[in-house]
Amino acid sequence: MSNYSLRRFKDRLALWLGALCAVLAMIPLISILYEVVKNGASTINVDFLTAAPGVIGQPGGGIGPAIQGTLILVGFTIIIGVPLGVLSGIYLSEFGDNPIGRVIRFLNDVLAEFPSVVIGVVIFTLIVLTLRSFSVVAGALALSIIMLPVVTRSTEESLKLVPNSIRDASMALGIRRWRTTLSVVLATAKSGIVTGILLAIARVAGESAPLVFTILGSQYFFSGLNSATDALPLRIYRLALLPYPYAQAQGWGAALVLILMVLVVNVGVRLATRGRLYSTRS
Amino acid sequence: MSLTLVQAEKKQSLSRDEAIQPLKTLENSKVRTEDLNAWYGNNQVLKNLNVEAREHSVTAIIGPSGCGKSTFIRCLNRMHELVPRARTSGRVILDGSDIYSKGVDPVTIRRRVGMVFQKPNPFPTMSVYDNVAAGLKLNGERNHEVLDRAVERSLELAFLWDEVKGDLDKSGASLSGGQQQRLCIARALAVEPEVILMDEPCSALDPIATAKIEELIASIKENYTVVIVTHNMQQAARVSDFTAFLYLGQLIEYGETTSLFENPVEELTERYLTGKFG
Amino acid sequence: MSGRLNLQKLFEGLKHPSSDGFFRYGSLVFAGSVVAIIVLSLVVLVQGAFPALTKFGVSFLTGTNWDAATGFGALPYILGTLLTALIAIMIGVPISLGIAIFLAEMAPDVIRVVVSNIVELLAAVPSIIYGLWGLYVLRIWVANYVQAPIQGSFGFLPIFGGTSYGLNFLTAGLLLAIMIIPTIASISREVMVSVPNSQREAAYGVGATRWEVVRMSVLSYSRSGIFGAAILGLGRAIGETMAVTLVIGGVTGASALPTSLFRPGQTMATILVNQLSEAESGSLQLAALLGIGLVLFAIAFAINVVAQLLVWRVLKVQGGAVE
Repeated sequence: MSNYSLRRFKDRLALWLGALCAVLAMIPLISILYEVVKNGASTINVDFLTAAPGVIGQPGGGIGPAIQGTLILVGFTIIIGVPLGVLSGIYLSEFGDNPIGRVIRFLNDVLAEFPSVVIGVVIFTLIVLTLRSFSVVAGALALSIIMLPVVTRSTEESLKLVPNSIRDASMALGIRRWRTTLSVVLATAKSGIVTGILLAIARVAGESAPLVFTILGSQYFFSGLNSATDALPLRIYRLALLPYPYAQAQGWGAALVLILMVLVVNVGVRLATRGRLYSTRS
Repeated sequence: MSLTLVQAEKKQSLSRDEAIQPLKTLENSKVRTEDLNAWYGNNQVLKNLNVEAREHSVTAIIGPSGCGKSTFIRCLNRMHELVPRARTSGRVILDGSDIYSKGVDPVTIRRRVGMVFQKPNPFPTMSVYDNVAAGLKLNGERNHEVLDRAVERSLELAFLWDEVKGDLDKSGASLSGGQQQRLCIARALAVEPEVILMDEPCSALDPIATAKIEELIASIKENYTVVIVTHNMQQAARVSDFTAFLYLGQLIEYGETTSLFENPVEELTERYLTGKFG
Repeated sequence: MSGRLNLQKLFEGLKHPSSDGFFRYGSLVFAGSVVAIIVLSLVVLVQGAFPALTKFGVSFLTGTNWDAATGFGALPYILGTLLTALIAIMIGVPISLGIAIFLAEMAPDVIRVVVSNIVELLAAVPSIIYGLWGLYVLRIWVANYVQAPIQGSFGFLPIFGGTSYGLNFLTAGLLLAIMIIPTIASISREVMVSVPNSQREAAYGVGATRWEVVRMSVLSYSRSGIFGAAILGLGRAIGETMAVTLVIGGVTGASALPTSLFRPGQTMATILVNQLSEAESGSLQLAALLGIGLVLFAIAFAINVVAQLLVWRVLKVQGGAVE
């Protein structure tokens, strides 16, 4: 084989190996989606989605409390995490070009990659043990901490996309800095910020590790901020631990619901921002 | 367009000193600088500038790129200090008081001294109406009638009312370049400033849009004081009453536009005007 | 970017008790919450783990027992974490690199869009669902198509010993590999894409094939960025919990030592999930578990700092978007 055709062969080989890797990566996703749909679809009906779990060991019951719990948890997480994250993002974008800002930005990126289980452990120690009960509040706090760096980062980036000429125009009108930031800059960056928040919500809704230590899980519907609750990812986990066939089926059903929630948000955001991602550029 | 020909009454031979010292007849002075210096970090951009702009007149600031024209007018409304590590020294006297003295809130200065930028920058998420009303609304004005009147008045002053009055709700960004710039002028006028600063307002526009804006400037100068930075000498000659020529951050010559263009005192001025550099 | 804090501006802001200063420092307080959270976490964990750390000292990290009578040692779980993470990296990094190169340099447009969207969707799947799939699908596959044949031929080797029906270190490592591929692949790809085209053109100019261009210009430039991406993937693998819990078996004590790929085990993350919520308040077991949490915190922090420094530096230098 001449040197040139050997080189060409390597080039071809590289292409096929690269394609092979891509295929290898796609197999699990396709398998997961297939299995979830195949095994879960048959379990889904109105009863399943609204009823409480039955007696352990006996088929029947549903994931009603789990769905409710997830919605309630996500609601509280948004209330805590979004203002915190957006304001942090505002600081980093508008005032953050200094050593303090750089440290905060760096630590924010570190926290974003942190194992969620560690955050769950911290909240467990700090709140669950101190208050002697598992609670929605603890769960929401843990999820807020997980959400915070993600929202901060995406808010900062969206704000930075707003050209400085807009800020200049507003300042030149004699509008104060805070008013400029909130009413002009933030308004311009709105769609990017909302996108970031939605993606963060989708991520947080699927978290289960911190929930094990904070809301514990429960058979019952929401019964107060200070008691344990159920949530979808957690219910899937508990169902997976049970050796009964009905539990297996219910687990897949719950997984289907969860994955639909998460994928709908992700795909929806992706499609919605396809054209509008650069609308802030003049 | 060529320079407008004005009959010279007599050749005025101003001495060098008279050309660059602040004109002593201060009754008409609206805003003037005294020994203004400006830096970006350690880089000094303006050196001991003494320039004035008379009330109800148009003063043009000309000079080659990098001579500090934009920096200069940004010192007049305290926008220069918004850039990190920027600073100034010297005084800027607006109606008799120094805008840089301690205790002066820059925000109040910016309401009295408005600015129009080189590239039109209407607020992208706001309608035409909201853009013009922004300065008033965001400073607390809620009365719809007041806002309506202000918007209409400003758009008329900016020669834009007829073109947009049919649809004030359409997005500010949907206008053409020339219209957007007039929108920005209307926006600046709506807060009723006393001085309007313009930083090369026509450089991004075509000749027709440019002509409209020059017409606009001529019409508003009876009620406002305009300071316009331009790299286009012919525009300066068309539009302004007084001209200051800056070079490398220093004032080289200042005077009535017609005499500066016809009989520049400084050799540097003459070389710039005849296109030998810049 | 300025280096020194502008004290003059700081004082000016304080002098005007105006709304702008309030806004600036108010938002700073919010932004500082990140710092507060990290510091607070460290304090809470150290305080909680204190009893166990003082009682066992270094043997906390080297001991293998796990009960109130003979003491608590975290070694099996630390090793378990390392082994699963190692498997994940060894399998995941090459595949991720392959995907990144394929997407950044080789794939035709349509395929690139489809594949990169699928890879990003992989990242969005919640880890518990990976766990479910791992428990019911991957495990069976590993038990039948990997464990059985290997043990058939090489079962005498200690590294391949043990019965586990697929709930073992290998399955866990494999699952982790799948989960970290999207991360490593997308960051590596960003790093590669930010290599300036002039580098590629220089190589094409001397008659290199596409693969050679990638090898000479893109990969060598991207080396530290890709390394950073791999480290971030490692950080993910170390912290991943729920998916691993479902497929690793969950044993404790000395039998949790990773002596074979096909034995069930335990990682630092999984033992927390399995035991923490039932641990008695004030007990030594609780303190030991918090000690494990502390070790996990420290490792995750260190890894993430290193990875961020590597990725930041590379992306900043090459002028790409910082992230």
